[in-house]
Amino acid sequence: MRHRFDLRIGPVGFRIGSAWRAPIAALGQLYRGYPKPVDGIADFTVRLEPETRWRRFVRPSVAIRGDFTLPDAAPLALAHGLLAAEMGMNLQMALGQRRYLILHASAVERDGRALLMTGHSGAGKSTLAAILGERGWRFMGDEFALLDPATGLLHAFPRLVSLKNQAIAAMEAEVAPDRFGPRLSGTPKGDIRHLRPNDAAIAAMSAPARPALILFPRFGFESAERPMGESEVFVRLTQASTNYVALGEPGFDALGHLVKSVPARAIDYPDTGSAVTMAERLWREAGL
Amino acid sequence: MKRLADALRDPATADGLDAEGWTGLIAAARAEQLIGSLAFRLEGRSLPPRVERIMEEARTSAAQWRRSALWEAEMARRALRDLDVPVVLMKGTAYAAAGLDAGVGRSIGDLDIMVPREALPEVEPALLEAGWEWVKPDPYDDAYYRQWMHELPPLIHRERDRMIDVHHTILPLTARVTPDAAAMLAESVALPDGLRILSPEDMVLHGVAHLFADGDLAGGLRNLWDQDRLLRQFGADKSFWVRLGARADLHGLGTHLARALRLARRIYGTPVDRVIAGRGRLSDLWFARRLTARDGWGRETRKLTVFAFYVRSHWLRMPPLMLARHLWTKWRKRPA
Repeated sequence: MRHRFDLRIGPVGFRIGSAWRAPIAALGQLYRGYPKPVDGIADFTVRLEPETRWRRFVRPSVAIRGDFTLPDAAPLALAHGLLAAEMGMNLQMALGQRRYLILHASAVERDGRALLMTGHSGAGKSTLAAILGERGWRFMGDEFALLDPATGLLHAFPRLVSLKNQAIAAMEAEVAPDRFGPRLSGTPKGDIRHLRPNDAAIAAMSAPARPALILFPRFGFESAERPMGESEVFVRLTQASTNYVALGEPGFDALGHLVKSVPARAIDYPDTGSAVTMAERLWREAGL
Repeated sequence: MKRLADALRDPATADGLDAEGWTGLIAAARAEQLIGSLAFRLEGRSLPPRVERIMEEARTSAAQWRRSALWEAEMARRALRDLDVPVVLMKGTAYAAAGLDAGVGRSIGDLDIMVPREALPEVEPALLEAGWEWVKPDPYDDAYYRQWMHELPPLIHRERDRMIDVHHTILPLTARVTPDAAAMLAESVALPDGLRILSPEDMVLHGVAHLFADGDLAGGLRNLWDQDRLLRQFGADKSFWVRLGARADLHGLGTHLARALRLARRIYGTPVDRVIAGRGRLSDLWFARRLTARDGWGRETRKLTVFAFYVRSHWLRMPPLMLARHLWTKWRKRPA
């Protein structure tokens, strides 16, 4: 393909090809300093290409394709090419990843132990992980956490944080401007701005962590918390996994072990500040 | 991509690939649904560590495909067991269930079964009862399938999200040739659990019909790899070729079989019966170009050739007037 960028995020190597320069330039800028794929061999290929040949020039629209493709995925405007690249990488992970059990969760680490946060879209898991990542925790990822069935360890997947709508302002107040990508307005997911993880998160991306606490946050309610039964946690995590079924028995065993060995809490919070306080308190109460 | 076919035929041809070469080979193999087959072919060779890791994952995936395909077959068996109808597994699931070389590492998506056409009025409600549902709610498509196709409209299971294709023969009723479905069922072989598979000759001929008398050769490299594996396994017995030739004549598939043998030999080096394969034709080159139209990014190349085969597939599938009517209806119903 005409333009290309290779990188590694955590344990996973990607090769991204594009018919246009702009998405690759944006990736190069925001992912500067990320390592290359191990042995130079990417685990997954992503292609950003015109839907039809002439759509490269006329009202260019970016089809997201690659080793794994969703047949009916809608293309994006070229102005949203960076988002297309991110979605392309996510898609490969969601459909093609077979080594790790993928949890649709954000994660941060302290002292070699990981705090996992998962919930429905809009629950605030991305923002929480990003904020904690600026306040003494190591940011491991805002979208996918990779559980290794062989070891029970959690691998980081610190891609760009995808900030949506109100979360953009919250992080702009926290982080220097040079770590942000362009503001993408009117995407299918609303306004989006990408945030580059901090240097400490990038430097430590190859270090896995032992899962120690699972939170199911919910934004927009009075502060509250409740303990969760193992069966509820198990079912919700199967729903939060993109490859639980595809992994078969190892996935079942890995998830079962995680649920039995790690405490979980559902938390409601009215604003990010209270969520951070609650997370810190629950972490201490769990003896961590 | 010729390199993919070469690596399957002779894994030593992949020795010494550089990082770029491996990345391209992996992308092409994924695009052709051959990554599992390739992974088993490369097993035990000395590979760059990351390639070894990717191939190991592909073998694990293939084992899971196999397990879920066999489970899906078992679900169909249970749904139909009270009907006293022969249920013949086809394609990937059949290879896996029979433990054939063609099943090693093969990707298996839908469950394909064949039953006698006269049994459809019992089979269909039994499947619906067991949780399968129609995929295509469009009345034109539904009517089209029932009148002209070799299978029921596709069904999907509402809990397991898996498709089943229920065939009553191996080619659309509108196709130029009409294979003898009753003979295929009559010669089918029972497996220990009561499900059946086609006889070796019919298994090959079903693949041949699917490749050359029906579709546009999309996924053809994988289907031809099936042929290579089947022919190497069955063809070790000399009498197989005699039966295969006679059976092809019975089904009217002699020309297509000859083409399949020549292309399998050309692309995968398959040992074939020279008499049945016949003399090479110039058009074989054109077929070979279509089968290897894939680049190192996993993209389809040679657009014109690919399009020509698309047109050919419709030409083969139905007579011109009917094709015109079909395309007209489809065009009017296209999404705006």
